[in-house]
Amino acid sequence: MTDSATQTKTPGADLFAKFDPIIQTRETLLASGVEDPFNLVMEKVLSPTRAICNGRDTILLGTYNYMGMTFDPDVLDAGRDALTEFGSGTTGSRVLNGTYQGHKECEDALKEFYAMDHAMVFSTGYQANLGIISTLAGKGDYIVLDIDSHASIYDGCAMGNAEIVPFRHNDIEAMEKRLKRIPEGAGILVVLEGVYSMLGDVAPLKEMVAIAKNYGAMVLVDEAHSMGFIGENGRGVCEEQGVIEDVDFIIGTFSKSVGTVGGFCVSNHPKFDILRLVCRPYVFTASLPPSVVATAATSIRKLMHGANKRAHLWENSKRLHAGLTELGFEIGTDEPQSAIVAVIMPDLERGAAMWEALLKEGLYVNLARPPATPANMTLLRCSLCAEHSSEEVETILSMFERAGKAVGIIS
Amino acid sequence: MTEAEVDERIRALIEPFNKKGVTITNDTTFANDLEFDSLTVMDFVAEIEDEFDIIISMNQQAEIETYGQLVTAVHKLQGS
Repeated sequence: MTDSATQTKTPGADLFAKFDPIIQTRETLLASGVEDPFNLVMEKVLSPTRAICNGRDTILLGTYNYMGMTFDPDVLDAGRDALTEFGSGTTGSRVLNGTYQGHKECEDALKEFYAMDHAMVFSTGYQANLGIISTLAGKGDYIVLDIDSHASIYDGCAMGNAEIVPFRHNDIEAMEKRLKRIPEGAGILVVLEGVYSMLGDVAPLKEMVAIAKNYGAMVLVDEAHSMGFIGENGRGVCEEQGVIEDVDFIIGTFSKSVGTVGGFCVSNHPKFDILRLVCRPYVFTASLPPSVVATAATSIRKLMHGANKRAHLWENSKRLHAGLTELGFEIGTDEPQSAIVAVIMPDLERGAAMWEALLKEGLYVNLARPPATPANMTLLRCSLCAEHSSEEVETILSMFERAGKAVGIIS
Repeated sequence: MTEAEVDERIRALIEPFNKKGVTITNDTTFANDLEFDSLTVMDFVAEIEDEFDIIISMNQQAEIETYGQLVTAVHKLQGS
């Protein structure tokens, strides 16, 4: 007995060994002397478009603050009032002690915004996809999705038990072929995004949703990057392309145009509310703090009347896209399709050098690299805000010109 | 279609993806021997799916590591 207790096992493999390649890539990059693109600290935030980053006054062109709601006075007042009246947090699940007046008001605002019967608020957008996808599609069902889908969609697939069938990005024919091959009678969930966040391109939802419906599928569209400014009422690409009535579920987030954090799903399905009891990422986590749902509800209601801001955001996107194209940069889309303008870099080294040169100019953009990006691309992702002034966009273009020439991306 | 016929057709399909001209046996692995990345896997799987009019879901793909396993799986999915 005592002998076996003192016996030692041979040591197992180091569980961190699998991360060695990424540790190596990171060390090589940082050894070149570049500022760490994934360790930026914003010491002060001056407005939706300005912050002090690593000690410098910086224009923000890499946030998802599309509609510039983060410092809206009405939004801030609503948050402060809720903090005072309802406290700092709910300390509970939505299905137990974590549903306050504010959560219901936030869901009411969403129902009104989308003109839909049901709305369910999650603690993050990631959890909304994780929860809805993994819960809806079960064993024997099929999920047909675009290969460039967001990580939260893939993680929702991985958490469930359905058969996962990806198709080539935005390829209508490839999607239909796969739908055609699914056995008769199987449940099908087609998962699409309105705007794909890496290149800022839009899905051909009009055609895809019609085909999906032909094959008897339910359709879920993630409109995270379109809410607030695409479509007549800001409901997203499915509204703009006239298919919102045929979409069964819209997934969205509060962490982009709404300007706080949280996620949601809206639907007209008559049985939708049962998901509140069976969806684990909804049940087994604490609900959003009262101040967060109060800011979200106020912001959503203001976004309903944001037509002028929307128009200015589109002007900004078009000007930046045209200006960068003229300077000789390669852009992810031929035409501006959203508030995201993705500048394609030749490789990670020069992408990181360009990112740093822009930061020193006083401009923050997103450096995106594989595996987040399609086709192993390195991207400098610019996301515009309705609060960027036209002058700021010109300043941004001159910063890109100087940095691009210094790094040798353009001549 | 017999397993030998499935093998013959997949062998023809894999040709353009076998950039290094690796000799393919049943034990040849896609990740290590053929060095397929995720994009190549997607294109290659799509070719096979179209050729045999089948679906190889990601769940099934995860179980397939070698050429031999692929031939067996496709033969089975074909149901003949």
